[in-house]
Amino acid sequence: MLEIESLATSYGAVQALRSVDLSIEEGSITAVLGANGAGKTTLLRTITGLVRATAGRVLFRGREITGLAPEDVVRQGLAHVPEGRGVIAELTVEENLRLGALWRRDTAGLKADLAAMYGLFPPLAQRRAKRTETLSGGERQMLAIGRALMSRPTLLLLDEPSLGLAPRITAQIMGLLRERRNETGLTVLLVEQNARSALSVADRGVVLNLGRVVADEAAAVLAADANLRHAYLGF
Amino acid sequence: MERFVDLTLGGVSSGFATAAIALSLVLIWRSTHVLNFAQGGMALICAYIAFTVTQHSGSYWAGFAAAIGSGIVLGAIIERGLIRLVENKPPLNAVIVTLGLFILLEGIAGMIYGVGQRSFGYGFDFHGYKIGSNRVAFAPADMFAVVSVIGVAAVILLVFRYTAVGLRMRAAAFAPEVARMLGVRVGRTLTLGWALAGGVGALAGMLTAPPFLSPNALDLLFISGFTAAVIGGLDSAIGAIVGGLLLGLALSYISGYVTSNLSSISAFGILVAVLLVRPSGLFGHDTTRRV
Repeated sequence: MLEIESLATSYGAVQALRSVDLSIEEGSITAVLGANGAGKTTLLRTITGLVRATAGRVLFRGREITGLAPEDVVRQGLAHVPEGRGVIAELTVEENLRLGALWRRDTAGLKADLAAMYGLFPPLAQRRAKRTETLSGGERQMLAIGRALMSRPTLLLLDEPSLGLAPRITAQIMGLLRERRNETGLTVLLVEQNARSALSVADRGVVLNLGRVVADEAAAVLAADANLRHAYLGF
Repeated sequence: MERFVDLTLGGVSSGFATAAIALSLVLIWRSTHVLNFAQGGMALICAYIAFTVTQHSGSYWAGFAAAIGSGIVLGAIIERGLIRLVENKPPLNAVIVTLGLFILLEGIAGMIYGVGQRSFGYGFDFHGYKIGSNRVAFAPADMFAVVSVIGVAAVILLVFRYTAVGLRMRAAAFAPEVARMLGVRVGRTLTLGWALAGGVGALAGMLTAPPFLSPNALDLLFISGFTAAVIGGLDSAIGAIVGGLLLGLALSYISGYVTSNLSSISAFGILVAVLLVRPSGLFGHDTTRRV
């Protein structure tokens, strides 16, 4: 579904990604792990076209998307929930949700999807007309994910969804991702600092260090590898 | 008392033209965070285009339509051709570009039409309404200024609040990167913002130009509009309207009760006072934002 071939990105003289190869299977949940500065966020931002790749390419469902603008990438069926969620504080909950699907032509489907999101996230339904400043961290993450799902993506990229959330809320979000995958076949690429909770939901774990893939294993294997855990994952 | 009423009515009328320029500045500030110092020059060019079209067609309204149309086109062209080049550059670059553009546009107007005054017609009767046997200082032309500016502002507010285009424009203004990730073509919304502002600015020019048009005719309009936008907080459309109205009244009283030579100095004085007392304006949001 997503093929990343010797992808490299740099910020000036700093090489953030050095020849990353990664292949994501349809319907899988993949966790990308690693310390701060390992290149996790850069990887997602390069896939979506927010950062330009200096080498290599990205294929999504067989089509090359390297160099495409983010607004065109999302039209291919790839949604990206950024670090810090990217909920727009000045807009209401409903406006944020609608924004996720504005480029779609089927307005009828949009209405149905809006209702579906409120079904999926009841706390959002109660606050649909409220500005998002009034939302808690967990509700904001729900809104960010709901907004991404509004574009009916086949691949969802999530950057640190657990950031700043209580463990119980994080577990809820992870559970929701697994449920979406099982019910709709959604493919998920998840970047996490919180390796333990990410591996609890993922099928596969990829560890990045200084812009390189240093491990790419089944999640259970990765979680059982004491050396790797101590060296890169901190648990 | 009669004098007070007349000054008030005069202030309301010029206040709405000021409000229109302020609104155009707010539209641009909200979409691209650029203070468009060329707004007065753009309105000037549109007024001259109206002058030429009216001269050739004999119809005031053909000229009016040409002015609004060219304002929209001019706004879009300037955003695409100039402002995009200074995007993501230090804010001073945009300031210098728009200031330079202002001087250029005034210069072009002077080169083509000369620096002398050209007579410029009204769309409506400019003789005040009769109340009893007295004429008040408020004419159908003033009524047109009030109604057209309120109408345009209302349409803009409704579009921003209730339509998909408006939602895109707000999202692009508040969080351009997030908007792009959600599929909003941010470049287009910025062009649209400038085009809209160009049209509103042209309307302000058409309301202010009569009875005479010269290359400097709209300078005071721009200074007042700028002051009004700052009073209103720069990012609030309603603030721009209220600011324009307050300023129009203040300047009308000052020129009526003190001396008309004070108008432009007073506008600057009020601008400084507002910036000292309430830098974010009456309706402005705090500069600190929760993320």
